[in-house]
Amino acid sequence: MGKWTRRALLATGTVAGGALLVGIVIRPGDRRGELAPMVTGDGEHLIHAWVKLGADNSVTAIVPHSEMGQGAQSALAQMLADELDARWEDVRVLEAPAADGYANYALAKGFLAGGLDIPKVLVPTVDGAMMTISDFMHLQITGGSLSVRTTGVHGMRVAGAAAKQLLLAAAAARWEVPESELSGRAGQVIHEPSGRSAPYGELAEAAGLLQPSAKPTLKTPDQFTLMGRSVARLDIPAKVTGAAGFGIDARVPGMKYAAIRRAPVFGAQVQRVDDAAALNMPGVYRVVTLEDAVAVVADGYWQAEQALGNVQISWTATDVDGIDSEALFAQFERDMDAALADGDEHTDLALGDARGALARAATVVEAAYRVPYLAHACMEPMNATARVADGACELWTSTQNPLGFRYAVADALELDADRVTVHNAYMGGGFGRRSDPDYAIQAARLSAAVNAPVKLIWSREEDIRQDHYRPAVLSRFKAGLDASGKLVAWENQYVDKHEPAEAPHVPYAIAHQFVHWADSPTHVPFGPWRSVDHSQHGFFTESFIDEVAHAAGRDPFEFRRELLTDAPRQRAALELAAEKSDWTRPLGPGQGRGISLQTSFGSIVAQVVEVTVANGKVKVDRVVCVADPGFAVSPDGLTAQMESGIVYGLTAALYGEIYIDNGAVSQSNFHDYRMVRMDETPVIETHIINSGAPWGGAGEPGTPGIAPALANAVFDATGTRIRELPVGRYDLDFRIEETDEVG
Amino acid sequence: MITLTVNGAPQDVDVDPSTPLLWVIRENLALTGTKFGCGIAQCGSCTVHLNGRPIRACVTPVSAAAGQTLTTIEGLADGGELHPVQQAWIAEQVPQCGYCQSGQIMSAVALLRDNPDPDDAAIDQALKGNICRCGTYPRVRRAIHRAAGSLAADAAGAVAVQSYDPEVRHG
Repeated sequence: MGKWTRRALLATGTVAGGALLVGIVIRPGDRRGELAPMVTGDGEHLIHAWVKLGADNSVTAIVPHSEMGQGAQSALAQMLADELDARWEDVRVLEAPAADGYANYALAKGFLAGGLDIPKVLVPTVDGAMMTISDFMHLQITGGSLSVRTTGVHGMRVAGAAAKQLLLAAAAARWEVPESELSGRAGQVIHEPSGRSAPYGELAEAAGLLQPSAKPTLKTPDQFTLMGRSVARLDIPAKVTGAAGFGIDARVPGMKYAAIRRAPVFGAQVQRVDDAAALNMPGVYRVVTLEDAVAVVADGYWQAEQALGNVQISWTATDVDGIDSEALFAQFERDMDAALADGDEHTDLALGDARGALARAATVVEAAYRVPYLAHACMEPMNATARVADGACELWTSTQNPLGFRYAVADALELDADRVTVHNAYMGGGFGRRSDPDYAIQAARLSAAVNAPVKLIWSREEDIRQDHYRPAVLSRFKAGLDASGKLVAWENQYVDKHEPAEAPHVPYAIAHQFVHWADSPTHVPFGPWRSVDHSQHGFFTESFIDEVAHAAGRDPFEFRRELLTDAPRQRAALELAAEKSDWTRPLGPGQGRGISLQTSFGSIVAQVVEVTVANGKVKVDRVVCVADPGFAVSPDGLTAQMESGIVYGLTAALYGEIYIDNGAVSQSNFHDYRMVRMDETPVIETHIINSGAPWGGAGEPGTPGIAPALANAVFDATGTRIRELPVGRYDLDFRIEETDEVG
Repeated sequence: MITLTVNGAPQDVDVDPSTPLLWVIRENLALTGTKFGCGIAQCGSCTVHLNGRPIRACVTPVSAAAGQTLTTIEGLADGGELHPVQQAWIAEQVPQCGYCQSGQIMSAVALLRDNPDPDDAAIDQALKGNICRCGTYPRVRRAIHRAAGSLAADAAGAVAVQSYDPEVRHG
């Protein structure tokens, strides 16, 4: 980490017991500190770092997560408001500043470790409004489908309940009655015996003087008034009028616009630039050369982009200039073979003796699968606006990790982090892409170079070609069936492991399993892509189990179901999907159905896809989706995320391919990086199981299961097994059954 | 100097006539509800109405709009009252990230002007030029049907779209 790290943190906190405690208590009337700007009105009082009450009875939830469409900010506010017994119409959301006090080590930890149990000490609570954070972690990240299940469960609910207790205590003191006789309801403290009541807003000032409890009593589900209900999202009204502010909408006095071109081959540098023609074009202010990119700064974006097309750039040669995707897959195969030959497999999971069981198996099924690189293609191309002046930087952008961006920009400009301010806006899509600060660093460097505020906008071509990609992956399987057709052995080898660690695991009771990976690094940058490793492993494992079912001569649903002896939640989800899709209903010619089951980010999703294949084209008719998130905080919000995850995954399954050619990305825009559109979107039916299990995520779990369910349906319809994505690579003609009638 | 009528008000802009309308709307007129998505008329994020017809502002030179009437998402609401399509969008909780929604709504408004009661095939035809990466398509479809119903009710003198009550819808 950079030299700024420790200094910046020491400036805001004290070191205690090896951990850094950052106090962010704001006393009523305290206008100092980094939360002070959030107190905007005289009648407002910060109860603690998570909630603000207004004299008008408004309740402002201060959420340390950004909004990219997943509805996290509303869901978090909903959790807080329920515990507080506030009215939904009084609730507002304020995104927390990019400040260390809101660094979410728990989220970072959960994100990296796959959302497993979070040590409670690392979870922000209202314990004196102190948060324990690591001295090396500057993540305030929104990802890993973690907002509700960590910040919501451990932070917002506790905050809401603690705030309510403070209000009750304040009322008890004012009315000189026992606190036990008071209750909160619909934004009021009520004293039943005397019939007195007072709106929260009237008690806020007195409540803010009291010390919040670290362990307030939380509601039981039967007491919920908002959680579990589909409340209206708070961000939607502004998103139908054009008023919602995205990063690209920032306007800073005196700002210039920049267009940029980075080296098309990852790792190449600028060798020579001829900008004479560009500099003569109208509105052009400067041409700036960075190590690996050239930018034109102009009075307008169009002028900048036009001029950039007239800059002659040559790039340095690299040793990957001749590499294409086929060569990379050949490399994966070589490295996997070498790992097997040398016996240096990295073990993911070893259960029993898979290789011995395979050697004894009556039938061995083998298959290799692969997926290509994928770009995120957020609708809002990457962009950032920066003003670097007087040794400070202000940044306006949209990011999944505002605090991380603050530190990254500080590092790039060699500034102290406290000299960098990040203003985060709504993201026009994130999907993992907006966790990498490359675009913000570019904007900051351009502003520093031209000594003016600069709005940098990536063209769509730049956005597609300078992404951090879902990796291309090769995955090879062997399965062993015993003489009775029972699946007894499972071996899986793949390349490129990221997170979550459990992504390649299957829920099926298979006695002998060996899952392992080989290293095979490439020059193509990696980035988390909605559901991360689950997106590829879901396709691999749920396609292969389908192949094994067919090899065993079994129905793919029944085959899976019988292997779920140790997984009752998964079994229930799968059974409901089969029931709701009417699994055994006969289909017409050219039609097929496929099933999948995937557990990711704490939620279980089973899907049944129905397709029609005609003239070699796949039409997805219907998706039945069953989700068990433990508890759906907003059923409509969860449904929306299932629809979203399915359409996102469907685009990848049908069309998605980033092809590397001569070291660089071939695709450039939506004409050659095709998206599913309205007319290709199936009917999607979502069914929710509130199983009562620990609450899971929503933003990602809908994505992994759609590709395998689709591929399995295509097999059902045509007899062609899809082992490579996208499906569009295959020349599909539906299977004509020879029958007596047809003769 | 190019003069055009934007959301009912005349505007003069001093730009190169070949500049795409999109950048004039966003940068010169400061109406940022219209979005940049692709620059090649592939995604529909920049959809606005020129004389009531939906166009892709990213490939339309501002000169083509000279003397014409332009409507952007900011010009849809009638004073304080949202357009029935915008109300239907809220009622069906359509937007997720929201970035493409201005374009989706402008396409939907144009569709309903021509075809007050579109079937699914007509919706597909009119909206397939608008990409949504959040996959809000099923809700866009529902919202268009809902707006068609409320416009019909309006025409019959009835009350417009009811306020949002998702609990009822979700069942």
